[in-house]
Amino acid sequence: MTAVTADATPGGRSARGLVELVFRARELSLVAALAVLVLVTTAVNPNFLSGQGVKDIFLNTSILALLAVGQSLVVITRNIDLSVGSVVGLVAFCTGKFVSADPTGRGVLTALVFGVAIGAVCGLLNGLLVSFCRVPALVVTLGTLYVIQGLDHYIAHGQQINAVDLPPALLHLGNEGVLGVPYLPVITVVVMLAVGYYLRSYPSGRDFYAIGSSPEAARLAGVPVRRRVLAAYLFSGALAGLGGVLWLARFGTVVADPARGWELIVVSAVVVGGVAIVGGVGTVYGAVLGALLLTTIGSALVVLKVNSFWQQALTGALLLLAITVDRVLAVRVTRLLRKRSVRHGA
Amino acid sequence: MRDPGEAEAPRGPAPGTAPPPVLALRKAGKSFGAVRALREVSLELFAGEAHALAGENGAGKSTLVKTLSGVHRPDEGEVLLDGAPVEFGGPAAAQEAGVAVIYQEPTLFPDLSVAENIFMGRQPRARFGRIDRRAMHAEATELFTGLGVAIDPGRPARGLSIADQQLVEIAKALSRRARVLIMDEPTAALSGNEVARLFNVVKTLREQGCAVLFISHRLDEIFELCQRVTILRDGAWVAGEPISALTPDDLVRRMVGRDLDTLYPKQDTLPGEVALTVGRLTREGVFTDVSFEVRRGEIVALAGLVGAGRSEVARAIFGVDRWDAGTVEVGGRRLPPGSPTAAMAAGLALVPEDRRQQGLVMDLSIERNIGLTGLKSVRRGPVISRAAERDRARDWAARLQLKFTRLGDAVNVLSGGNQQKVVLAKWLATDPAVLIVDEPTRGIDIGTKAEVHRLLSELAGRGIAILMISSDLPEVLGMADRVLVMHEGRLAAEIPRERATEESVMSAATGRDGAAA
Repeated sequence: MTAVTADATPGGRSARGLVELVFRARELSLVAALAVLVLVTTAVNPNFLSGQGVKDIFLNTSILALLAVGQSLVVITRNIDLSVGSVVGLVAFCTGKFVSADPTGRGVLTALVFGVAIGAVCGLLNGLLVSFCRVPALVVTLGTLYVIQGLDHYIAHGQQINAVDLPPALLHLGNEGVLGVPYLPVITVVVMLAVGYYLRSYPSGRDFYAIGSSPEAARLAGVPVRRRVLAAYLFSGALAGLGGVLWLARFGTVVADPARGWELIVVSAVVVGGVAIVGGVGTVYGAVLGALLLTTIGSALVVLKVNSFWQQALTGALLLLAITVDRVLAVRVTRLLRKRSVRHGA
Repeated sequence: MRDPGEAEAPRGPAPGTAPPPVLALRKAGKSFGAVRALREVSLELFAGEAHALAGENGAGKSTLVKTLSGVHRPDEGEVLLDGAPVEFGGPAAAQEAGVAVIYQEPTLFPDLSVAENIFMGRQPRARFGRIDRRAMHAEATELFTGLGVAIDPGRPARGLSIADQQLVEIAKALSRRARVLIMDEPTAALSGNEVARLFNVVKTLREQGCAVLFISHRLDEIFELCQRVTILRDGAWVAGEPISALTPDDLVRRMVGRDLDTLYPKQDTLPGEVALTVGRLTREGVFTDVSFEVRRGEIVALAGLVGAGRSEVARAIFGVDRWDAGTVEVGGRRLPPGSPTAAMAAGLALVPEDRRQQGLVMDLSIERNIGLTGLKSVRRGPVISRAAERDRARDWAARLQLKFTRLGDAVNVLSGGNQQKVVLAKWLATDPAVLIVDEPTRGIDIGTKAEVHRLLSELAGRGIAILMISSDLPEVLGMADRVLVMHEGRLAAEIPRERATEESVMSAATGRDGAAA
């Protein structure tokens, strides 16, 4: 990726400018990578940029990006939530069952409240275990991943939800839009902007970065560490719940555990988007761009008639590249800052 | 009948006398399990006064600091704020009350900006509760200007030197309008001019009415900065008096509870053949053209300011880092670059600077740590013999007079001085020909310090060549047969023992005089 060029900054810049450039460079380089990808694919197959093609990409990205926003919040606090894929599946199935039992009486709003509530309960469980029982996040959420998956299969019992049983308004939410813009990406963008603004501009938002950057220092600074970590999981769970309802709305037909394996794609999107897996660094904008990039690669490979096996390999390669770039940049920036301090002290 | 004695309170401020101490401990006690860390300790901190807290490692200084700063709650006695008993619910409550602690290694958020580090949790707000970044930066700049230092509030804390990190912590304390500044060994990792800068800042704060509690193992610093001293020994209060009433010798005697025969028991030895030869060693951008040799039975000190490249030279010699040019020979045999295995096989041993990070596996037991370097010698076939490992550890623990409960205890329960002994034991067990020690007594109390010095001297007497890196000038002057001084990555001077003085070493270290030898 092009982020490496960021270290060619002229020496006269202030350290602040330098660091901000590096972080913005991540988002810019994602946009650049996207642009290259889209241009190349369109050159080979002009249909790629057709109205329907673009709409599909945005629809496909929306749910992944929504989950990536929630995941970012958790990862920024130096934790991880592997249970999101299972939560999406559970919520999609249970909400489907719930509204199809009374498709006229239970509408879109009921479905949303119901689904978000289930997701929030799952997130609360994760959060309590991680923050108050002090069990490592990886283990807790790996456990809840399987527990929730099992629960989903138990409830589904081999059945599936069919689109015809759902209220039409719900399917409308998942596939239509206003003035040609589908609802799904609008929802995602609104959530992203709200969370991004909150994280940057509110003291409690900065707490998440503080916790991920140094949990010990956060405790000493009087940051309510456990409460914030709990909030991050609660929020990630609630967003997974929202994602589950949207999944149901988009696809209509849902079997048990439809989003199996998604947790890793979400984590990949977040890391590719520049959120440090060790916490403290990153933005939700980057994470959403990461999700968009991964989805676009998937669509591009289909258009380019590349075997879909390659998609996973490419995602993996991108992940490695992102982590390598992060590492190299971190080392370089640290060295540069050190040099600056030395010069300053002299 | 009235008892005239009861009419007057024995304590407390009478009208017209001095105000009560800002922060005080009265007969405080604290136990952890069976260990009584503090017993009936009293201490009073007054506004505008710097108060030293002295005592060996394990004397209870850290527990006292944590009690004052709300981390621990005393089991007995009480904490008094402005003369009134107070119970801090946690560190946040103590900070709220104006008590700020500067630790030896400050805990900052490396990824966040300096300004955010200062104002975390108390950011200036704009409308709708948003953070007012411009105001935050302006206030941070103002704080630094007041302290007389230039740190860009917008840069991330990552990469700041420890001295600058401490200044950020002080700025944080000031922004909270702290009235009590507790400094836990702030100078241990600082170079000479950084200490001077810190002292200027602290003196200004003291004059502005701050109460300062200062902890240091360096007696000269205590005498320079403080007006009053409290001495702890084994968790108990030993003395508390104006510093003018004491001499450094008195202070040491009260801390240790006995006379120290001598702190630097260097025996004279006749240097033997050359054990370590370093020829024009260069690592680009770090150090250049470093040449010297160390003979058997000799202690050579590598002095210089922090950042002069001393530890980096040691790491390169031992093969932790690669070098770009030059040679290293041990006993006449050349070492390949970048191979600690080859260095160890040739008889080199390195006791690193940071024992917690580099010297020890903190969660492992004493015997396991000692056993780490010599797995071969405790092996029976492919299997490590627990019995052999234990025997070896017991042997070395006895030789170094290690204080421990059980060899199976994790090393993180030991005091700093005893941890350092474990690191030494671990390397001495490899039977080295050349021993490199990096800051062997940093953060170690005076009693153990003397023991480490005696041990080094004894090892030299047995024919081991010792290269000692140290920022502690009296230690350098007291222990070394020769002093090599580094300045900005180059050897600036080589000074024999007879001519080594504080002035000659410091002038070479600061680059004022490149030809001291």
